[in-house]
Amino acid sequence: MSSSVDKELESVVIRFAGDSGDGMQLTGTQFTNAAALFGNDLATFPDFPAEIRAPIGTLAGVSGFQIHFGSTKINTPGDMSDVLVVMNVAALKANLKGLVKGGVIIANSDGFDSKNMRLANVPEDQNPLTDGSLAEYDLKVIDVTKITRAALADSGLGTKEIDRCKNMFVLGLIYWMYHRSMDSSIEFIKSKFKKNEAVMTANLKVLQAGWSYGETTEMFANRYTVAPAKMNAGVYRSIMGNQAAALGLVSASVKSGLPLFYGTYPITPASDILHELSRHKNFNIKTFQAEDEIAAICSSIGASFGGNLAITGSSGPGIALKGEAIGLATMLELPLVIVNVQRAGPSTGLPTKTEQADLMQAYFGRNGECPVVIVAAQSPVDCFNMAYEACRIALEHMIPVFFLSDGYIANGSEPWLFPQTKDLQDIKVEFAPERGNNDDKFMPYLRDEKLSRPWALPGTKGLEHRIGGLEKQNVTGNISYDPNNHEQMVLLRQEKVDRVADYIPLQTMDNGPETGDLLILGWGGTYGALKTATAILRGEGLNVSHAHLRYINPFPKNLGEILKGFKTVVVPELNNGQLVKIIRDKYFIDAIPYNKIQGLPFMSTEVVNKIKEILA
Amino acid sequence: METTIEKLTSKDFASDQEVRWCPGCGDYSILKQVQTVLPDLGRPKEEFVFISGIGCSSRFPYYMDTFGMHSIHGRATAIATGLKATRPELSVWIITGDGDSMSIGGNHFIHMLRRNPDVNVLLFNNQIYGLTKGQYSPTSEQGKVTKSTPMGSVDYPFNPIALALGADATFVARTLDRDPKHQQAVIKRGYEHKGTSMVEIYQNCNVFNDGAFEVYTEKGSKKENILLMENGKPLIFGANDDKGIMLDGFKPIIVNLADVSANDLWIHDETDLVKATILSRFYDDPTHPDHKPRPFGVFYVNSNKNTFDELFNNQMDAAMAKGLGDLDKLIAGNETWVVN
Ligand SMILES: Cc1ncc(C[n+]2csc(CCOP(=O)(O)OP(=O)(O)O)c2C)c(N)n1
Ligand code: SF4
Ligand SMILES: [Mg+2]
Repeated sequence: MSSSVDKELESVVIRFAGDSGDGMQLTGTQFTNAAALFGNDLATFPDFPAEIRAPIGTLAGVSGFQIHFGSTKINTPGDMSDVLVVMNVAALKANLKGLVKGGVIIANSDGFDSKNMRLANVPEDQNPLTDGSLAEYDLKVIDVTKITRAALADSGLGTKEIDRCKNMFVLGLIYWMYHRSMDSSIEFIKSKFKKNEAVMTANLKVLQAGWSYGETTEMFANRYTVAPAKMNAGVYRSIMGNQAAALGLVSASVKSGLPLFYGTYPITPASDILHELSRHKNFNIKTFQAEDEIAAICSSIGASFGGNLAITGSSGPGIALKGEAIGLATMLELPLVIVNVQRAGPSTGLPTKTEQADLMQAYFGRNGECPVVIVAAQSPVDCFNMAYEACRIALEHMIPVFFLSDGYIANGSEPWLFPQTKDLQDIKVEFAPERGNNDDKFMPYLRDEKLSRPWALPGTKGLEHRIGGLEKQNVTGNISYDPNNHEQMVLLRQEKVDRVADYIPLQTMDNGPETGDLLILGWGGTYGALKTATAILRGEGLNVSHAHLRYINPFPKNLGEILKGFKTVVVPELNNGQLVKIIRDKYFIDAIPYNKIQGLPFMSTEVVNKIKEILA
Repeated sequence: METTIEKLTSKDFASDQEVRWCPGCGDYSILKQVQTVLPDLGRPKEEFVFISGIGCSSRFPYYMDTFGMHSIHGRATAIATGLKATRPELSVWIITGDGDSMSIGGNHFIHMLRRNPDVNVLLFNNQIYGLTKGQYSPTSEQGKVTKSTPMGSVDYPFNPIALALGADATFVARTLDRDPKHQQAVIKRGYEHKGTSMVEIYQNCNVFNDGAFEVYTEKGSKKENILLMENGKPLIFGANDDKGIMLDGFKPIIVNLADVSANDLWIHDETDLVKATILSRFYDDPTHPDHKPRPFGVFYVNSNKNTFDELFNNQMDAAMAKGLGDLDKLIAGNETWVVN
C-alpha cells in the first residue's frame, strides 16, 4: 500500500499532452467530467494540431488538453500547469515552458526512446529523463506502454489496439492522485464500447491499472484533495462553447415557435455547431451542408424569406465569402444570424488557434454602407446566451446579426448553471397577415417603431411583392435610383441598427466601481483572463475596474458614460487593435491598445504585468 | 367545403412596374409566355415565387405580380434551394442568365441539379453578358469578338444541356424566344416535372449579340437547322421534312427519307440518358464534319429520382414523428449535478 500523504489544494492545473493519436483530448474530457460531477469549478483548453494525424512523434503532432479545477471560482484554464502528463518527448518539449517550476511531470518513458527522440529533433545524448535537465521538477517516469501491454497480455487484442488503451492508464493514475471517483469514466467506457466487449474490458482494466499503480508503488509521496467549489446553488452540467451556441440557437427556435434552418459549410472551429444541430432534428432543426459558404448563406436567406429562423455559420475565411450575401440580407431586411467562430488569420492562418481579429470584418467587411448588429460571447457558457440574443434581435428587428465566438471558448468547457426554458426571454414574431382584394396595396418596406419592416411570407394571399439587392424606395420597396432616397435608406438602415440599443441591457461592471484610475475594457473570449487579472490587481490595492462588452454594435447606451469615469482605458485584444479603434473613434478617448497575436489566449499574469506597467 | 380558385389571367401576373428591357429584346417574349402559362396551372398566385440572380434576364421577377427576389449574381439557385427545403409547398422558379448560371453561379447550378429540388429553372441564354454591356459569356462561341475580346475569345464554350445532363439533372429541355407555342409547352412540362426542370431558352440580345440564333428562327434556314424532338416520334427535320436521324451504333447519322422509312429512324425516348447525351452533343457548326441540326424540346426526363425537398423533409418528419423534443431535457444533457 502506498504511504502517500493527503494534501489539500485550492486549485490545480493539469495538462495532458501527447501525440494526436494518444487520446489526450479524451483523457482530458473524462477528467473534466469527473471534476465537474465532483463539484469543482473548472475551465478547460484543448489545444490540438490542425492536421488530423500529424506525423507521429513530432512537435507538430502534439495535442494538448489543459484543465484548471478548483474549490474557488475558476475563470481560465490557467496560465501555467502544475502537472504535466507527457506521452512522448515531443510533448514534453512543446509544453515544458508552460509548467511551473517545481511542477510534477509524469512521463511515459517509452515515448523517450531513440526513435521518438529523433522524431522530436532531440539529440540522442540529451534525453531529458536522464540528463538531469529536469532537476527542477518533480519527475515521475513510468513505462506506460510496457505496463499497459503487460496488463493486456491475455486480452487477445493486437498490439495496436492494446497501445490505444495507454491513455486510460494515465487517467486512472490521475484519478488516484486527486481522489476522484472513476464511476463516470467506467460508465463512459461501458457505453462507448458496448459493441466490442474485448476493447471495453481492456480499457476498464488499464484504467484500474493506472489507479492501482498509484496505490501500490511508492512513487507518489502525496495525494491531493481539491474540495468542491462554493458555487451558486442549482443544477449544473458541463458544456463546451460550440455546444452551448447550438443549444442557444435551438432554444431561440423553440421559444420563437419557428423552425430553424442552419445553412453552412464545414470549417474549423465552427463545424461542431453543425454536428450538434444536425442531431436535433426532432426540435424542428433543419441543417443543410451546402457546396460552399456562399450557397450556405444564400440557402439561409431563402429559408428566412420562407419564414424560418435562418442561421449561417462559419469562421473567418467563410465569412469573407459570405460578404456579398450579408449585404443582400441587409437590403432585404430579413432576419439572419451569422455565426463566426473566429480563428487566427488571415487566409487559412492558424485554423485551430484562437484570435479576435474578425471584429472589423463583422463591422465593416462589406461593400457599401452596410451596418449589421454584432454580439459576442465571453465564455463557453455565454455562447448560449449570446447565440440566443442574436436570434432574438434578428427576429424582432428583421435584421442580420453577427454572433461572434472564437476557437478558445468554442472548444473550452465549464460548468453551467443552465436555465429553465420558461425563464428565457420571450421572442415575439409576427408575420404580415393576408390581405383581401379591397385592402390597400401591401407595402413591404413600411416600418414600425424599431424601423423594422413586415415579414411577408410567400404563400400568404395578397402579399405578393418583390425584394432584392437594388436600392429601393422606402415604404413601397420599388426600385429607386433617386439620390435622396438612397441617402435616406442608408441612414435608415444605420438608424435601425442603432435603435437596437433600446432593446439590449445596459453595460455593467464585471469588477470594480464605475469610476477609477483604470478600466480594462474587453470583449469576447478574453473574459476569463481579464477577470482573473482584475481580481489580482484589485487584491493588490490598485484602483482597476473591468467591463466586458457582449453587445458590440450597437454598444450599450451607457458605455460612453462609463468610459468617461476613468483616467485610463485599456483595451486588451487578441488582434492588432480593432475594438480600440472603434472606441477611440466613437468616444474620442485615448484608449490604450494591448494586443497579443500568437493564436493563444491571454495569460492573466501577462495582463497583470501590462496593467501595472501602464499604471506605473 | 369546395374551394374554388378564381380563374386568373395573364394580366393578373403582371406587376405595376414598367418593363425596362431594350425594345426588341427576347426577354419580352419569355415574360409573356410565362404570364400566359401560369394561369393555366391552377394554383393561387401567392404560391408562386420567382428568384433571380443578376443580369438583364434577372430583372424578370420585378415584372411578375408574384412573390419574388432579385438576389445577387449567380446565387438564385442556392436561395431557391433554401426556400424550397423549408417551404416545399411553394412553386419556386429560378430566372438566370448564361453568365449568372454558368460563370459565377456554376458551382451552385451543378449542385442544385444533383440535389434535384422541385424547382423550375429558366435559363435565358443569349450567349453574352447583356447587363454589363456586351462581354463574351461562357456560352459564347470560341473566337467571339466582344468589348473584352477584341481579338476573339479563346475560351471554349459550355454546352448547358450537356452540363446539366452531366450534373444528373432530371429534366433537361431547350426552347427559344421566337417560338411562343413551343416555349409555353416546354415551360409547362418543366413545371409538371417533379424535380429540377432545366429549360434553356435561346434568347436574342438584339443590342450586344443580335442574330446569335438567327439560323433557328429565320424562315429560310430554320427548318434545315432545327430538330424538334417529340417523345415516341422519329427524329425528322429538313426544309420539306425530308431528312431523318438514324443511329449507327452510338453514332448519329443523317439519312434521306427517300432512302429510309420513317420507322427505321431514331425514335426519341426522353427517358434514355445515353441517347439524350448524344443529342446534347449534336454540333451545329456547318464546317464541323459531324454537323447536325440543333435539337429543341425535351432531351431527358427522369421521374424516378426523389426530390431534395422530399428527402430533406422526410428526415424531418421522421425525426418529428414523436412531436417536438423536450427543450429542458436537451439543455440539461445527460450528466448533471446539484450544488446546494
Ligand atoms: C459579384 C458580381 N460580379 C459582377 C457583376 C456584374 N454583372 C452583372 S450581370 C453580369 C453578367 C450577366 O450576364 P448574364 O447572366 O448572361 O445575364 P444577361 O444580362 O445576359 O441576361 C455581370 C458580370 C455583379 N453584378 N456582381
Ligand atoms: S442588353 Fe440585350 S439582353 Fe439586355 S435588355 Fe438589352 S437586348 Fe435584352
Ligand atoms: Mg447572358
